[in-house]
Amino acid sequence: MDLGLLGQYAFNGLMLGVVYAMVAVGFTLFFGVLDVIKFSHGDVLTVGAFTGLVTYLGLSAAGVTLHPALAAAAMIVAMLLMALLGAGIARFLVLPLRAAPPINVLLITLMTGTVLRESIRLFYPSGANPKPFPHLLPTDSLSLGSFTLRYDNAILLILGLASIVVIHLIVTRTRLGLAIRAVAQDGETAQIMGINFQAVVLITFALGSALAALAGVTAGLYYNEINFGMGLLLGVIGFSAAVVGGLGNLYGAIIGGFLFAGLQTLGAAWFSVPAYKDVFSFAVVIVLMTWKPSGLIAERSAERV
Amino acid sequence: MFYFALRLLSVVCTLLLTVALLPDASAKEMVKLAFIGPLTGGVSANGLGGRNAVDLAVRLRNADPKAKYQYELVALDDECKPNIGVQVATKAASDNGIVAGVTHYCSTVAMATVDVYHKFGLPVVVWGAVLPDITYANDYKEVHRVNGTMINQNETAAKFMTGLKYKRWVIIHDTTDYGKGHNKYFSEFVTKNGGEILGTFGVTADQQDFSAELTKIKELKPEVIYFGGITPLGVRIRTQMDKLGVKAVFEGTSGIVSDAYIEGLGPLAEGTLAFREGAPVEKLPGGKFFIEQYNAQKYSDPPEAYGAFAYAAAILVIDAVENVGPDRKKVRAELNKTADHQSVVGVITFDDHRQNAVPLITKFVVQDGKWIVWEDSEYAKGKRKLVRS
Repeated sequence: MDLGLLGQYAFNGLMLGVVYAMVAVGFTLFFGVLDVIKFSHGDVLTVGAFTGLVTYLGLSAAGVTLHPALAAAAMIVAMLLMALLGAGIARFLVLPLRAAPPINVLLITLMTGTVLRESIRLFYPSGANPKPFPHLLPTDSLSLGSFTLRYDNAILLILGLASIVVIHLIVTRTRLGLAIRAVAQDGETAQIMGINFQAVVLITFALGSALAALAGVTAGLYYNEINFGMGLLLGVIGFSAAVVGGLGNLYGAIIGGFLFAGLQTLGAAWFSVPAYKDVFSFAVVIVLMTWKPSGLIAERSAERV
Repeated sequence: MFYFALRLLSVVCTLLLTVALLPDASAKEMVKLAFIGPLTGGVSANGLGGRNAVDLAVRLRNADPKAKYQYELVALDDECKPNIGVQVATKAASDNGIVAGVTHYCSTVAMATVDVYHKFGLPVVVWGAVLPDITYANDYKEVHRVNGTMINQNETAAKFMTGLKYKRWVIIHDTTDYGKGHNKYFSEFVTKNGGEILGTFGVTADQQDFSAELTKIKELKPEVIYFGGITPLGVRIRTQMDKLGVKAVFEGTSGIVSDAYIEGLGPLAEGTLAFREGAPVEKLPGGKFFIEQYNAQKYSDPPEAYGAFAYAAAILVIDAVENVGPDRKKVRAELNKTADHQSVVGVITFDDHRQNAVPLITKFVVQDGKWIVWEDSEYAKGKRKLVRS
């Protein structure tokens, strides 16, 4: 195998990895602040992607033709609305159940996800069909031997990586991040110290969901197609990535995302029947979890009630 | 006395009502027919085209004063999913008012439902699914098919492509019975005709990302990528081929001969090849009539590649009902002995497995956003060239 192809595989893996990591970061953020698993996360991503598509359709119907502007608008509108949706789910479905057993939160978010998914299927015009997503980024490409780099893919990769870096900076370098970390460590003590618990939780959910929306639009721009079920597998993969990396740990989620993408790429390259790649990657994930039950990077505070 | 009056009144009322509800003596008996196909989901364009074509057959016959019965169409959605297909097939088969059905575009669904039709004794005519096993794997007297199978189409495809001096293939197929069938028959015929298969890739039918597979394919440097599967996956693979700079001819099957394929790809569809049994609608004996009538109804969706077959299947079923009356067993026997039946898709004759022999396979190529018959295309005339890697 020549170097160009190796590069191509690496790039494919990175591209997948960045989308997975964006989803996994959401799971880990939510688990960090509230110790809950929000299973509607993948479907929020789908709704985000559709919001992006609708924004594009609306703006181009209004006469906007500048592609980068359309792409930016699709991303921004999707992120804002999904931030609201995420905060809404937290405010009205997750927070009221704080005293209830965690299984209830799991169930209620699982059902919310189903409602979101089926709503798109039923109420979006012929929503059961895959929808073509427009090419909004430059499609020129750079060929180095057998390695083809398309500019749109490169832009998406950089954007995805940047968004994760931004979330990381918010959590580690800002006062808001300090509050998030304080709530994550001990919600009650944080409240005594004067931190507005509810506000921090809502902002965290908004952040995670905006990131999911960006992942959704990125997937749309990358594959040029979205469908109502796209969030389902991405949600499961994102969740597995977060768990393998260590739920509650930001680095863990990122590593988990890229690890999973790496395994899939490896699986597809190895097996003569590429359909086995998911079986392979999930099997490796199971092995990893039996080896390190609390994730590759375990949370430092072992005490979780 | 009061009670007597009340009773009398009620009797009178009942009589009046009965008279009012009695059917008009001149009205014809109502006969229900089922249509089953994918009305939602990735291949819904084909399902809607088929549904409309059957609806057209029913409307035309209802408008005919000489028809003995009035027909009602019950259209059901199998979503191209075997489990849903079995549900709706059971629903149709267990409704005693339904006499026969025109069923299935997707091979996996058709394959899953043949047992249901056999168990309930509902005669059906398959209008679009091409897996040979649907008619040949069992000897179910209820199951008929007007369109051809994938064996014929792959034989023609292999001969034609090797005739164009292509030598090196890579095969991508979905891992359903449908995709596996295409892989099996095409591989067999292409190697027999001197082609070489560099690699075979089975992929799941709902897979989103093909970058790893296509990178591997890029390394193998095939001249042609053969794809055995249906439209949505075909669109994804062709799009991602372009993203990864894989330059090869994209050769599909009847599964991608649809307007939705071209819509999904835009200019990227140019030069895609595919094969389908039967002549294109416009060239069929009854094609002009079919298209005129179809357009006159102003359906919002086109008839698509298999609309004419669905129409022919519906007419076959309706004619059988006209001949022997609305009785499942009699209709089944009548359908079984179909021979030299003139239809819009040509003469229909069922073999011992109730499979119509469709000798003609048409070769298609996408040119300027349309599926064009190969012989009429600028590619055949040498004005345009398919990509060669």
